[in-house]
Amino acid sequence: MRGHGVSWGRLPGAAQQLLPVRSRHDALPDLPSMLPWGNGRSYGDSCRNDGGVLLDARALDRYIAFDPATGVIDVEAGVLLSAIIDLALPNGWFLSVTPGTRAVTVGGAIANDVHGKNHHRAGSFGHHVLGFELLRSDGTVLPCSPTENPEWFAATIGGLGLTGLIRRARLQLKRVAGPWLRGDSQRFGSLAEYIAIAAASERDWEYTVAWLDCSAAGRRLGRGIFMRANHAPAPAAGAAPPAPRGSLRLPFTPPLSAVNGLSLRLFNTLYFHRPAAAARDALWHYRPYFYPLDAIGDWNRMYGPQGFYQYQCVVPQADAERVLTEMLQRIAASGLGSFLVVLKTFGDHAARGLLSFPRPGVTLAVDFPNRGARTLALLDALDALTRSAGGAVYPAKDARMSAAAFQQYFPQWQAFARHVDPKFTSSFWRRVTGSTTQ
Amino acid sequence: MRRILIMGATSAIAEATAREFAARGAALFLVGRNADRLAAIADDLRLRGAVQVDTHLMDARELTRYPQLVDAATQCLGGLDTALIAHGTLSDQPAAQASIEVLLDELQVNALSHMALCTELGNRFEAQGHGCIAVISSVAGDRGRQSNYVYGAAKAAVSAFTSGLRQRLHSKGVHVLTIKPGFVDTPMTAAFRKGPLWATPATVAKAIVGAIQRGTPVLYTPWFWWPIMQIIRNIPEAIFRRLKL
Repeated sequence: MRGHGVSWGRLPGAAQQLLPVRSRHDALPDLPSMLPWGNGRSYGDSCRNDGGVLLDARALDRYIAFDPATGVIDVEAGVLLSAIIDLALPNGWFLSVTPGTRAVTVGGAIANDVHGKNHHRAGSFGHHVLGFELLRSDGTVLPCSPTENPEWFAATIGGLGLTGLIRRARLQLKRVAGPWLRGDSQRFGSLAEYIAIAAASERDWEYTVAWLDCSAAGRRLGRGIFMRANHAPAPAAGAAPPAPRGSLRLPFTPPLSAVNGLSLRLFNTLYFHRPAAAARDALWHYRPYFYPLDAIGDWNRMYGPQGFYQYQCVVPQADAERVLTEMLQRIAASGLGSFLVVLKTFGDHAARGLLSFPRPGVTLAVDFPNRGARTLALLDALDALTRSAGGAVYPAKDARMSAAAFQQYFPQWQAFARHVDPKFTSSFWRRVTGSTTQ
Repeated sequence: MRRILIMGATSAIAEATAREFAARGAALFLVGRNADRLAAIADDLRLRGAVQVDTHLMDARELTRYPQLVDAATQCLGGLDTALIAHGTLSDQPAAQASIEVLLDELQVNALSHMALCTELGNRFEAQGHGCIAVISSVAGDRGRQSNYVYGAAKAAVSAFTSGLRQRLHSKGVHVLTIKPGFVDTPMTAAFRKGPLWATPATVAKAIVGAIQRGTPVLYTPWFWWPIMQIIRNIPEAIFRRLKL
């Protein structure tokens, strides 16, 4: 398989060799350089292994057990979050934490300790993992949980697939009334306003998130739309919008990025001013609410053949307004941003993984079409700001941070490194540890 | 389509088809060689809606054991309505053209075993006056090619055998379905480079279930293999023998 398609950012790169893992009872192949690969939704090179092999775990997609009384589900690691919803939701259960796409595997969600719009309430994905089974290249099978092999549990949550192959996992789901969410959305004019609304909404709202207009400058800088919601019982018959059906798909890659300065300003202005941006009482089906982009298959192709970078950082709450303002000024001045800009305030839950990304503060995620050196220079400037604020950048989204930056963001990286399987590695890991071996 | 025997149940196409059956609330009898894999698939299918799943260990080469196998399935499920015969290997052509032993083994696994099971099932379904036998053959059986003619010959035998059986049992209320998948992205074909002609097991599975429900005699899946194979079948030998297919 070509480099395109194995990671979500579609950055040009070396061809990758995929080797399927067929059964959770199979031994690992005897190869010097392997990396587990799920559904390829990591953006950069944390799911690439140039010159080595990717262990394609998508065929590990079997349910093992589900208890509709307790909401505990046991699955193989290649099961997609969408498959868990398919089985659990009709029984009144939902994912305790979900990222913005349901097309990720359980193994990938653990390996990146993914987060969602309810981080301030529920923490990240790893907080709801009851246990998993880790297969090492020497054939050892390690059952891991908070009480069994706890050091391997902590290394593997957020461990980017480097500690071994997660074969199966047990998750605690959460009770919900059904597929509906009820909430509201409101415009805000500045980052200060965002921070105030986010803080005021945490108590009563399970899900909070904001979209930001990254092309707005001057007095409009930091404007956006704040959305919050709770799970809700089914509305009265006839009052519910129809559940979404079908989906679109980008069937080919345009020769140039469809995202440029003009399309960006136009889209952002229209999106900010559309009537639904200030909805007092909105009812959403969970699919458009949590997974709006899943309705457009292969949306990542819109950035053209050169692909795109996503930059997601978190900065401590105390400095958030100042640091993010400076970031937004740089992004607006560069004209390189995108419409997909998200702000979210993380809660105080200490993450369980040694390399977990979520930590207290405000997180900003921005897509950037790949325009070569200009884009990289901007991202380096953003990194300088993140570093000076004592923040961190999300490895699942990254394809370019320096080894020095990574080691500052993840001070436990050496403790983590002791758990890396000697035959497991990734392009990301070699880059951020300054290692040239495979 | 309620009580179903699946031979070769750990194959990717069989497993994907079993998920379709399970979602429709079928009772399943899974046959394979690997107990761990069968058990994992059975657990999964129960959660996907199968009302009953039983497993049975057997090697398809054991040709004399088919009557016992059908007895066991019938007893377990309280009768039998449908059988999906999906086991097989993708022959190692160079090895099979170099050794008669390998050749005979390939024909046993990919042709004789299918014929033996079809014979047993055909007679039982004829006696009960209903039933469906769905057999996975291959587009490779439509014309022998130098790159895989041993596998192709076995599949050609299966296609011809099921064609005759279909004629014989048509008036007896028994449906015989010959399934001819093209390139399917499964562990059996992991070593191949994938292009636009490749289909997923899930796509093929949906087509198989549709063909069983409609009583289709021969299914090319995905559909575009029908015109492709019409062309390949009709290339004159004078030209065909020079091609590198």
